Amino acid sequence: MQLALFLIFGVLAVLAGLNLLAQRHPINSALSLIVVMLSLAVLYWSLGAEFLAAAQVIVYSGAIMVLFLFVIMLLNAGEEVRSKGSKVASLIGFPGAAAIFCVLSFAFLSERDKLGMTTLGGDLTGATSNITEISHVLFTSLLLPFEVTSILILVAILGAVVLARKEL
Amino acid sequence: MPHLSQFQTFLLLTIVKVVVVFVITLTAVAYTVLLERKFLGRMQNRWGPSRVGPFGLLQPLADGIKLFLKEDMMPLAVERPLFILAPVIALSCALISISVVPFGQQHLIGQTGVDAFQVANLNIGLLVILGITSVGVYGITLSGWSANNKYTLFGSLRSTAQMISYELALGLSLVGVVMRAGSLSLRDIVNSQSHYGMLSWNIFGGLQVVGFFVYMIAAYAETNRAPFDLAEAESEIIGYHVEYSSMKFAMFFMAEYANMITVSCVATLLFFGGAGSPFGHLFDHVFATGIISMILPVLWFVAKVFGFLLLYIWVRATLPRFRYDQLMGFGWKFLMPVAILNILATALWLAYRG
Repeated sequence: MQLALFLIFGVLAVLAGLNLLAQRHPINSALSLIVVMLSLAVLYWSLGAEFLAAAQVIVYSGAIMVLFLFVIMLLNAGEEVRSKGSKVASLIGFPGAAAIFCVLSFAFLSERDKLGMTTLGGDLTGATSNITEISHVLFTSLLLPFEVTSILILVAILGAVVLARKEL
Repeated sequence: MPHLSQFQTFLLLTIVKVVVVFVITLTAVAYTVLLERKFLGRMQNRWGPSRVGPFGLLQPLADGIKLFLKEDMMPLAVERPLFILAPVIALSCALISISVVPFGQQHLIGQTGVDAFQVANLNIGLLVILGITSVGVYGITLSGWSANNKYTLFGSLRSTAQMISYELALGLSLVGVVMRAGSLSLRDIVNSQSHYGMLSWNIFGGLQVVGFFVYMIAAYAETNRAPFDLAEAESEIIGYHVEYSSMKFAMFFMAEYANMITVSCVATLLFFGGAGSPFGHLFDHVFATGIISMILPVLWFVAKVFGFLLLYIWVRATLPRFRYDQLMGFGWKFLMPVAILNILATALWLAYRG
């Protein structure tokens, strides 16, 4: 069951990612990105990280991508013109991508013992609640980084307000 | 069922439950429309629909047939795939979120471990509802943009901005309840209010009155209903679904009413004890036997949801519409701070008590 979910939504995520690159209209690309994020959420859930899945849907596909869509709609971005592409890019791009893929998979496979493994859906039946664990860690050992991050985000919001203020 | 594996029985029972809940929800949607027209009519001193069937009871059927048989107009310059996809997103998101709602007390069917009165008991049920609501925003955004009409684009931007803004207050108003229950599972939240009947409901015993009012106001804005119904303010401005006709329009219409029902269900579950009786366990010795003990909680649940639907209609008949800047100011400058203060107060109270 979990394997079926993984296959379906893994393939869906990859296909939507390719579609993101292939589409010429920015709105269609943004919608493909939403599909990628939703399938990632399903993958997180099938790995037993249900809180992460919900946060992924609410924050990324629910809030951030809506802002993306807003910007694209308001800028009235039209379809892109398809060019033939540069030869250098295709000459270096494909081998480069293949090389990065190989290096990454080599690194993950060789360091597998140190990274730790998880079985698909192993925690789905488990009694441990994600949220309890995450909140416990966030409010004990990771309290300082957590608060510093929230101050960082606050600074970003204030910066946006200051920048927008000049225009008013 | 010895010749079926556990997974197969689970799958079959779940499909049956999904079909039953789906049919009941759609019927409820149709009759909520009738209820609204009837009540609105009586509040405005007229009859409302009364011609089709006894007391106008077959009116939803007639409306459905009319919408099905209408010509499905589609303007030539629309983005076709997105134009068709938008109402589908809106309706399916509205219908999916009902799946985590527990309609009655937990009742396992036989040895299978499948709950009869809830499609899926998730430990993040509340977050699932919030997530699906936030995905449902895309139906509105895309419908306005893909119609290739600047008025629908503005209408959809207005509605989307409204929904995103009020989603914050909506989410924050629920935190107090979640803190009291210590869980995001809707079943656990209901169970945490079941000890002393009405006295332990979150709105009375749980002191979540402020949270409840913030939730109700935010939910009215979230479902684009009066007094926040700028999305379809018929007499004044043009909404996002102007270019839609026939079934596609009906899907937006049904999505709005399905969202109303979901919101009423969530309000019942979180603040009014879900399927619990207001008398707690006082009359358990009379009703705790056999099938009555199964049916009675469902009846309580339906009665509470019905009450919230009537409240929706009452508010629509009574309150005038907000202006757009008032609406945004109200959401950001009043509701959100109040919701945050509610969280603080609840947290301090819980820390003091426990």
